[in-house]
Formats: sequence, C-alpha cells, structure tokens
Amino acid sequence: MGPYILRRLLLMVPSLLGISVVLFTVLALAPGDPFEELATNPNVPAEVREMLRAKFGLDDPVWQRYFHWLTAMLRGDWGFSFISRVDVDQLILQRVPVTLTIIGASQLVALAIALPVGIYSATRPYSLFDQVANTLAFIGFSLPTFFTGILFILLFSITLDWLPFVYRADIQASGWQWWWEHLKQSIMPVMVLGLFQGASWTRYVRSAVLDVIRLDYVTTARSKGLAERVVVLKHAVRNGLIPVVTLVALQMPAVFGGAIVTEQIFRVPGIGSLLIDAIQRNDTPVIMAVTFVLAILVILFNLLADLLYGVLDPRITYR
Amino acid sequence: MASSTPASPTADAPARRGEGTSPWREAWRRFRRHRLAVISLWVLALMALMVIFGPYIWKVPINEIDFSARLAKPSLAHPMGTDTLGQDIFARILYGGRISLAVGLSAMLIAIFVGVVVGAISGISRGPVDTALMWLTDLFLALPQLPLLLLVIYLFRDSLKSVFGPEGGVFILIVVVIGAFRWMPVARLVRAQFFSLREKEYVEAARALGASVPRQVMRHIMPNAMGPVIVAATVDVAAAIIAESTLSFLGLGFPPDIPSWGRILFDSKDHLDIAPHWALFPGLAIFLAVLTISFIGDGLRDALDPRKVL
Repeated sequence: MGPYILRRLLLMVPSLLGISVVLFTVLALAPGDPFEELATNPNVPAEVREMLRAKFGLDDPVWQRYFHWLTAMLRGDWGFSFISRVDVDQLILQRVPVTLTIIGASQLVALAIALPVGIYSATRPYSLFDQVANTLAFIGFSLPTFFTGILFILLFSITLDWLPFVYRADIQASGWQWWWEHLKQSIMPVMVLGLFQGASWTRYVRSAVLDVIRLDYVTTARSKGLAERVVVLKHAVRNGLIPVVTLVALQMPAVFGGAIVTEQIFRVPGIGSLLIDAIQRNDTPVIMAVTFVLAILVILFNLLADLLYGVLDPRITYR
Repeated sequence: MASSTPASPTADAPARRGEGTSPWREAWRRFRRHRLAVISLWVLALMALMVIFGPYIWKVPINEIDFSARLAKPSLAHPMGTDTLGQDIFARILYGGRISLAVGLSAMLIAIFVGVVVGAISGISRGPVDTALMWLTDLFLALPQLPLLLLVIYLFRDSLKSVFGPEGGVFILIVVVIGAFRWMPVARLVRAQFFSLREKEYVEAARALGASVPRQVMRHIMPNAMGPVIVAATVDVAAAIIAESTLSFLGLGFPPDIPSWGRILFDSKDHLDIAPHWALFPGLAIFLAVLTISFIGDGLRDALDPRKVL
C-alpha cells in the first residue's frame, strides 16, 4: 500500500505542473498589464510601479517568468492582495475551511439521498417508485444551483421567514445559540448543493447496483436462503458501489463550481465568493491563487478517490 | 449480430423491417417509445419556435423604459411583469432564449468538433500520440472548470469586446471557452469506440482492399461511432446553457443590455422580496430548456444503442 500511495503522489506532480502551465499560459496570453490597476492609481508613483515590474520580472522572457512564478507559488509566496492589503495565502487560509465544511456537509446530504433511493430503485427497476425517482432525479439536475438557491430564498426566507438568507460569519451568541444560528444559516447552501449532487448520484448508484444485481453470485446468495436485506446490502451493494467512487471523483470539479455559485447566492464567506469578489475588483493575485488552490483541491480529491478505490476493491494490486 | 461483411446492405436486412426502413427511421421508431422524450421534444420545439418567431409577434422592445410600470406584476400588458426600469420581461426572455439556445448549440459544436478530432486521432494511432492526447484529456478533466472559465473571461473580456463589439466579443469568448472545457468526455467516448471498431471485420476488409487510413476513418469507423456522440452532443447543449447562465448569473457573462436568461436572473436577485416573478420566469425557462434537452438525450440513448432491444 505504501509504495502505491507514493507512486500516486508522484503522479500528481505532472498533473500539477500541467495545471500550472495552463494557468500561466492563460495569464501570459492575457492582453493588458496585470499592473494596470496600479498605473491608473494616482497614489502609486511611477518609480514604485517600475520597481514592482522589476521585482515580478515582467520584462523577462516567458519561460523565465514561468519558473519564477512557479518557485514563488511553491514557496508559498502567493503575493499580496491589491484590495485587502493582506497576504493572499492568509486570505485563502481564512476562507478554505468554510468552503470545505459546506461542501463536506452537502456531500453527506447527497449520499443520504442517493444511496437509499438509488439502491431501492435498482432492486425494483421500472416500478412506480423507480419511475418517480428517475423523473425527480432528472428534475434535480436540470435545476441549476443558482435557481434552486433563489427558489429556496423565496420559499424559506421571504414567504415562510424561517431561515436567514445572508450567511453571517460574526454571530453575536455563544454556546448552543451560536451552533443553532450557524446550523440555521447553513441549511440552505448545504441543501442546494446536496440536492443537486444527490440527483445525479442517484442515477449512478441505480445503474451501478442494477449492473450487479442480476449477476450469478447474487442469485446464489438468494438461493442460499439469505434474507433479501442481506443479499442487497452485503452482496450486491458493496460490490456495485465501487465504480461509483470514481464517478464521484470525476464530479469534483462540478462540485467546486456549484460551491462557487452557492457561496455567491448566500454570501457565504468561502473561497468561491472570495474568487468572485476578487474578479469584480480586478484583484489578480487573489484570482490566480484561488484558481490554483481549487485545482489542487480537485486533484487531491481525485487522489483520495483512487486510494479509496484501492481499499474497497481487493482486485486492485498496488504495484 | 450480423456475421462478417455483408454482401450488400439489403441482403442482411431482417425481413420484418419491410421496405424503405433506414437506420434513422428505425431510430425514430425506438425514440418514440420514450414517452417523456417525445413530450420534451414537442416542448423544446415550441420553446425554440417562440424564441425565434416570438419577437416578430410580441413587438415590445426589450429596452423600452417605462417608470410608470416599475416592477409590475404579470398582467395582460406585461405577461411576465416588468423589472425595475419597467422593461417588459416577456420580451427580454424571448430575446434571451435566442442567446441561450445559440450559445448552447455553438458551444456544443465546438466541443464535439474538438472531442471527435482528439478522440479519433487518439483512437486510430497507437503509442506515444495516444498516450499524450489522453494525458491532455485527463488534465483537462481535472481542471476546475468554473474558476478557469471565470479567470479566462476576466482576463480576455475587454480586449475581445474592443475587437468584435460588446455583443459579438462576449458571445465568441463564452462559446469558445465553454466549448474548450466540454470536449473531454467526447474525446474519451470516440477513442473507446475507435478502439473496438478498428478491429472489426469490415474495417479489416477495407484495410485489406487498400483503403487509406483517412478513408477507413471517415467512411467506415466514424459513421458507426456517431451514436454515443449524438447523445453526448445533446447533453452538451444543456451543459452549455447552464454554463452560460451561471456565468451571466455571477455577473461575468453578457452585459445588462443583452438580457440572456442568466443575466435576467442576476438582475432580479436583489428584488426577490418585492418582485419574485422577475426571477421565476427566466429560471423556469432555463429549467425547462435543460430538462427537455436531458430527456431528449435519454431518449436518444435508448434509440441509438443497437444492443438495447425495444
């Protein structure tokens, strides 16, 4: 197992380098000067701008600039936000936990929907339940997250007045009250993301379980006289869900995309709303760093899925 | 499954098909079995007709400002109400539909074109070319798409606007960028199809008869690999519509004077409490378009999969 993890980690390096090349190419091809903002700012004298240009090596050849940029990124020197006047890495470190919490909770919600519904549908294919679940799944992933978010706000915040629709990081309460307030304001963002993911996973789970439930070994388990519950959960599902892990990992970029939208709707102070704010304010260092961090997170989750796949499927050899 | 190379197309056709049964008619017969897909096809066709011809019938300009009718509820004069400037939302949604559908179709064409080319090259060549192209595909699959879309649009928006004008520039940028991030599944699909098809007897026969590689690909392999690609194309239209609306909803898509569906939603989201209709109608339009396209894709999947007996 150890060498396998090590090899997977080494395989991450070319991917990360590839992503950094893509990012850098986009930045380098972009017309205009990333320091344009400073040029129009009367508070920044021309000498300072020249100094910054020299410091960031903007007049060097492209490949030199790439290595310069890469080593700076690797050293954790991600620059300085033009707007917040804070180091970018600090800004991001403040925001990442919120995003990961929201995403993590929404994935749990998605699993809590997709597993039971998908498994039950697969055990009774083409039944009424299956058809209704299938139609609902289609509706679920056809509703874009921004529209579900707006519908939730309309229903739960404006009409019913149950939940707050602006996420506040500074809640003036302690103890249970604090937890309660946080729970209340997290419900909508988590549900918006969770329902969207749950809808598409339901279909994956259904077809994955349906693939194995007609196999001979499942029939054998049934004819041994095992209870249907045991046959489905212990024999069919455990085996059928292995490929789902990979499908879930492939969805990670979409999950992060959904998180950006959701954070923007509910004003959750996460990494996604940081990105949008930075774009609206032309804060280039923050934009680059957030995109890079999101890319790293996606690769990391793919790695986790691969490792999980190895643990779940004993046929995979760690060579 | 037919045995190896048939002598002529008719010799192998089963008797029950009758005369004049083309593969397309057969596919249509199978498609009609999927009830929701057929309904969706009608709904989508109706929506397409409305956005194409609607503006000629509903002649209210999209930017007519009328402060006496600000945030009006839906009525006969304004079937979907008005926004903060008193602009008619129905007219704006009809106009926005044209943009959404145009973006969806053009981005799909780009994604399919790139995907088919990459997949075909990768699938017909072995060795380092295949490995390199698949590494590139996997790399693109691992990229966080929405942040990169936002980044590219942020960096290139202004210069393209100055070259192609505000409308054309944003349209080209959005279509190209969405297309550039959607080709990977198609490439993998086409590659997998090529892998199995290039070993089939009829391709081998063509090869034995001296057909060049481009001819083998274009005449013999590609037509048989198109089924899943058509399904993927349908899904891509829906995905591109969602991507465009998302960008516009985040305020980074079309400018306010070009009301795409996502842009109308973006403008409406600060007035949810007093004018919910403003947000509901464009949202419903996006939802209906995406839902019907998804169902049509599902129907096509059934219709074009020859292994499935219907």
